[in-house]
Amino acid sequence: MDMIIDGITQAFWLLVHGDRQVLQIALLSLLVSGSATLLSLCVGIPLGSVLGLVRFPGRRFIISLVNTGMGLPPVVVGLVVSIFLWRNGPLGILHILYTPSAMVIAQFIIAFPIVAGFTMAATQSLDPKLRLQILSLGASRVQMVWILLKEARLPLLAAIMAGFGAVISEVGASMMVGGNIFGQTRVLTTAIVGENSKGAFAYAIALGAILLALVYLVNFVLTMVQQRARVK
Amino acid sequence: MSQAQITMEPIVEARDLSVAYGGQKVLDVPSLQVYRNEVLVVIGPNGSGKTTLLLCLTRLLKPPTGVVSYQGVPVLDSKSVLQLHRKLAVVFQESLLLNSTVWDNVTIGLRLRSVNGTEARERAQKWLERFGVAALAKRQARTLSSGEAKRTSLARAFALQPEVLFLDEPFTALDGPTRQALLEDFESVLRETRVTTVMVTHDRNEALVLADRVAVLMNGRISQIGTPAEVFSSPVNEEVAGFVEAGNIIHGVVGVQSEGLATIKVGGQQIEAVSEFIEGTHVIALLPYDDITITMPSSKTVTTSARNRLSGEVVRVFSMGSQVRVTIDCGFPLVALVTRRSTEEMGLKKGTRVYATFKAVSIRVIRRH
Repeated sequence: MDMIIDGITQAFWLLVHGDRQVLQIALLSLLVSGSATLLSLCVGIPLGSVLGLVRFPGRRFIISLVNTGMGLPPVVVGLVVSIFLWRNGPLGILHILYTPSAMVIAQFIIAFPIVAGFTMAATQSLDPKLRLQILSLGASRVQMVWILLKEARLPLLAAIMAGFGAVISEVGASMMVGGNIFGQTRVLTTAIVGENSKGAFAYAIALGAILLALVYLVNFVLTMVQQRARVK
Repeated sequence: MSQAQITMEPIVEARDLSVAYGGQKVLDVPSLQVYRNEVLVVIGPNGSGKTTLLLCLTRLLKPPTGVVSYQGVPVLDSKSVLQLHRKLAVVFQESLLLNSTVWDNVTIGLRLRSVNGTEARERAQKWLERFGVAALAKRQARTLSSGEAKRTSLARAFALQPEVLFLDEPFTALDGPTRQALLEDFESVLRETRVTTVMVTHDRNEALVLADRVAVLMNGRISQIGTPAEVFSSPVNEEVAGFVEAGNIIHGVVGVQSEGLATIKVGGQQIEAVSEFIEGTHVIALLPYDDITITMPSSKTVTTSARNRLSGEVVRVFSMGSQVRVTIDCGFPLVALVTRRSTEEMGLKKGTRVYATFKAVSIRVIRRH
């Protein structure tokens, strides 16, 4: 019991003093997961829109892959990305294993099926005739998709939250492709695992609190945007 | 609307349209022309291919075979489809408004068509006012009632100032009074703008009120096309007759009208009907076949509540199973539906002198334009 109270007290002071190490780790977390989420939006939203709006051969097969991808175990992603980026691996020439870039790649692979899946559901929830109405108003295909995505903006924001939530909280892939190198690839989740195994609970609790606060903050902002869009 | 104002140059033309779903042909239209400034109403029962026809004509659906031409030029590639869309407006049964304000909904099409800001604002304002929803401009579209939403979608269509206006069962989803009010507003707008219009509906009365020409679509084929009078009074076959036959369609002029009861002058005769139209109004009186009772001149005069008793001569007796269609010339043709047994007992045949009796409340009176 003392240990927990000690941990929390220590965590409080670490946070209050704005410990540089802690700050650096938090910033890297935000940077890596933010970049991975942004990349996953660039791929996931177009992919999800196509799957939701266009009928083509093989569509169901791809949807089943995306659905599976939504539940990809991060350690498996970490394993595959490590193998590819390994010195003798197919992409070893890039020399990015154990760098933040490798972590972004791994997290992107985790996030984009989630974004695609949510986008697909969002576009499918719209009245199919709405597309015809928008086209008849004089929209080109591209304009139509853009208007439909704006129409589905509420569930799309949910896609962003889900994607970001998945990558900021994963540890397996980041550990494997980043290596938890202090000052280089240490992020909140990997740091928590490391500190915990060392028995440095106070530090681990402080990092955990920051992680929770960060996730809350990002979701709070997105929720505000989403609900304002609803009320407007 | 007078026929003379309609130019005989097709603005939209379809050739050899054919659509099949799963081996079943749902549309087969060898040829269809829409003329400039006409109101063409396509009627047909549910599942007859009306919506599919409309989607093909607007090229919102690419027909597997067949060509749609706009002003004589075939619409083939995606670029000309987009150009076509920017000359049309389409109103669907559902209002299909975007999750945004009423104003945004009415102006979005204008933005897509690069209409400049000032003009777009003027047009949106004008049409929102015309359809009585200008006060709702700042409201969120999803907070509107179904009637308000439909008015918004009509304002959105008219603000585009389309070359051709297409409507797919626009009033079907509305309740009675809302629908009647909107139908009247819509009719007066159509008369005013004289925009070329293609409307599909299963409602024969809408066709009677609005159409310059009526096309009857049965099982994906156009069974008959012509003026409402032609189609409704002389259907080409039993199938069409079964669908369009609402009853007798009588053209006349209102004579005296007092306290909601009007006399209508028709072919040298007068009939009485419940109507609020004033003297001199040109009207169409709709009288269901089975609301007419036939009596023989010899039979004792019975006092009835029926306001109309016209004398005439049977000109045609046409048997349709257990029922018989009897056409009587009372100065204008009147068709009554009676049972075979009555026909036999009364000895009705060509040349028989009879009385046709019907109530003033059996007649529905529509203003004719």
